[in-house]
Amino acid sequence: MEASGKNERSRVLSGIHFMLGNYACVEGALAAGCDFFAGYPITPANEISERMSQRLPEVGGHFFQGEDELCSIYAISGASLAGAKAMTATASAGYNYMQEGIGYAVAVEAPIVIVDVQRCRGENFATQADVMQMRWGPSGDHEMIVLAPSSVQELFDYTIRAFNLAEQYRTPVIVMSETTIALMRERLVIPGASEIPIVTRKKTQASPEAYLPFKADVYGVPEFAELGEGYHSIYSLNPHDEKGNIDWDPDVFEGLYKRITGKVWENRNVISTTKLFNMEDADIALIAYGSEVRPCFDAMALARDRGIKVGVMKLEGVWPVPEEAIRDVAKNVRAVISVEMNIGKYAKVIERICGGLCKTARATINRGRIHLPQEILNVIEKVLS
Amino acid sequence: MKKNPLRKYLREEKLPHMFCPGCGCGQVLNTFLQLVDELPIDLNSTVAIGGVGCTARIPVYIKTDVLHGVHGRTLAWATGIKLQKPQTRVVIFAGDGDAASIGGNHFIQAARRNLDVTMLVVNNLNFAMTGGQVSPLTPAAAVTMTTPYGSGEPPFDLCKIAEAAGATYVARASTIYQPHMKGLMKSALLHEGFAVLEILSQCPTHFGRYALNTGEPGKVLDWMRSISVMTDKTKNMDAEELEDKVILGEFVNKTRPIFKGSSVYRGEEQ
Repeated sequence: MEASGKNERSRVLSGIHFMLGNYACVEGALAAGCDFFAGYPITPANEISERMSQRLPEVGGHFFQGEDELCSIYAISGASLAGAKAMTATASAGYNYMQEGIGYAVAVEAPIVIVDVQRCRGENFATQADVMQMRWGPSGDHEMIVLAPSSVQELFDYTIRAFNLAEQYRTPVIVMSETTIALMRERLVIPGASEIPIVTRKKTQASPEAYLPFKADVYGVPEFAELGEGYHSIYSLNPHDEKGNIDWDPDVFEGLYKRITGKVWENRNVISTTKLFNMEDADIALIAYGSEVRPCFDAMALARDRGIKVGVMKLEGVWPVPEEAIRDVAKNVRAVISVEMNIGKYAKVIERICGGLCKTARATINRGRIHLPQEILNVIEKVLS
Repeated sequence: MKKNPLRKYLREEKLPHMFCPGCGCGQVLNTFLQLVDELPIDLNSTVAIGGVGCTARIPVYIKTDVLHGVHGRTLAWATGIKLQKPQTRVVIFAGDGDAASIGGNHFIQAARRNLDVTMLVVNNLNFAMTGGQVSPLTPAAAVTMTTPYGSGEPPFDLCKIAEAAGATYVARASTIYQPHMKGLMKSALLHEGFAVLEILSQCPTHFGRYALNTGEPGKVLDWMRSISVMTDKTKNMDAEELEDKVILGEFVNKTRPIFKGSSVYRGEEQ
C-alpha cells in the first residue's frame, strides 16, 4: 500500500501521491465505483491484480483470480450482468485470450472495463503494437471504445472515464495502457470523492412483464435489469430480438448490429476527445496517443527553438476514431506527422483522414522504447526539406 | 385441450423447441421443470446458463434469466454471478463437449473451489450441434464424423474427475431411467456447493447413426440400457464385467465451505 494514513480503507484516496501507474489505475477504478475484479497473472499488469486483491475487499468488493484470462473476462461479464461495476487487467498476450469474452460483452451490452498494458511479444518493453487488436479483436461487427492515457495521472483519470463510458453506453471500454506508464511512478493528485463524476447504467422502471432487455432507440442504449430479479432476460451472443430471444430474421440481425455499433460511432466526438497544443500557428502537427505524446512535447519545443512552428494533437481516445477533429487539424497545417510505437498502424487511419488535405509523414518505430525527441525532430525536418 | 402444467415455465413463443425427434434434451428439460414445480425453486431469482451446443439450448426455453452462446465458459460466468450475488441460484446446462473439452479447466477449478452451482452435464457422447464429432466422452473406437476409422482415444470418466477435483456432489443418471434421474437431479439442486450430475443421454441423429448404425431412438436407448449398471449392482461384479460399463448412481455427497472469492477481507485481524 501507498502511505495514505487514515484514508486507507476509503474508496477515494484523496490527496497528493507519488504512485505507480498500475496502482493509479486501481485507485481510479475504485473511485469510479468498481466493486468486482477478476484477472490472471501477467507482467506488466500484476500490480493491478495485487493491489485490487488488497483494496477491493476493504471497500466491500470482490477480487477473484481466475484460472486463466477466459475465466476472468467471463467472470466480469457475469458479475456486470448481476449489477457490478467490473474490471479486468491484462497485458498483450493475455488480451489475446480475452477477445472472445469482449465480443460477448459487446453483443449482450455488458458494461465492463479492460486494462491492457501493452508489452513486446512476451517481454516487458514499451510498445503500442496492439492499437489495432484492441479495435478489431473480437469477431463480428462491433465498435470499441479505447482510451489512451499518457501518464500516471491519466491512468487514474481515464480509468474513471472508462467506467463512466462503459456504464453510459453499456459496452466494454478498454484502457490502453503501456509498459512505460504502467511501471512509472509519478505525481498523482486524487480529488475529493464529491468532485469525481460517476455515471451508472440506467436501470429499468418497467415491470418484468413489460420489460424488453434489448429495446432502445435506433442508436440507443437499452435499460438494464439485474440478473436474478425476475425479469427473465436472455443474454445470448447469438443474434437476438428486443426480448433477447435468438432470432435469425435479417432485419432483426441488422437492427441489432446497427444499434450496438451506432451507439458508439455516432457519439465518437463525445467519446474520443482530443487536446491541441500550440496548434494556433502550427505548420506541422504531431498526432500521437499514449506515452508517445510525451516525446512529442519535447520535439515540439526543440522545433520551436529552431523556428519551426510545430503543434501537438493528443488523442485521448483512439477508438472510435475522432475523424472530424483530426480532419480539422489537417485542414490548417502543411503536414501531419503520425507518431507511434509500432510499425505504423494508427498512422494509416490518420493518413486516410488527412489524405488530400495536407502532407503526411510518419515517426513510427517499434524498438521497445518510446521515441527520443531528436528522432521526431528528424522527421519534422525531413518533411520540411 | 388440456395444457401441460409445466408450460407456464416455458417461453411459449419459442416453441416448438429445436431438439431432434428422440433427443434426450427434452427429457432433461421436462425433468428439471417437474422439480421446479415441486421444489422451492424460484425462477425469478435463478440464472440458467448454457454455453454452446444442443444441451446449451435447454435454458433458452425456460422463463428465467439466461446466459447463452459462448462455448465452455458457463462456469466462468457463474463465478462472477455467484460472487456478486450469492443468493442467486445458478443452474448450468452443459453438453459433454462444453463441460469436458473446451470448458475442462473451468470444470476442475470450479470443483476445487466448491462453487455453489448445479451443473447438469448432458452426455450424449459426441459434439451433436456441429454434426457428430468425437468428444472427450466418446467411447473408445467409436465411429464419429471426425473418427471415421474409430476413435483412437479413451474417454474421460467425468464423475471421477469431478470427485478428484473436489466436487461435493457427484452423480450419474441416464434418460433411460427418468425417475432415477429425477431423484438425483433433485439432490443436486438441493445441494449446497458444486453439484455435478452427468446425464447419459441419447443422440439418435448423430451418435446413433455414426457410432451405432441406427438413427432410431428406441435402439439407441436399448444400447444405453445394455451398457448401464446401477451402483448397487456393481458390488457383485468384477473388473472385467465392469469394463466398458457406465455406472449410474450417487458417488459423492458431502459438505465443505463454498467459494466466496479469492480474497476475503478480515479487517483488524490482519
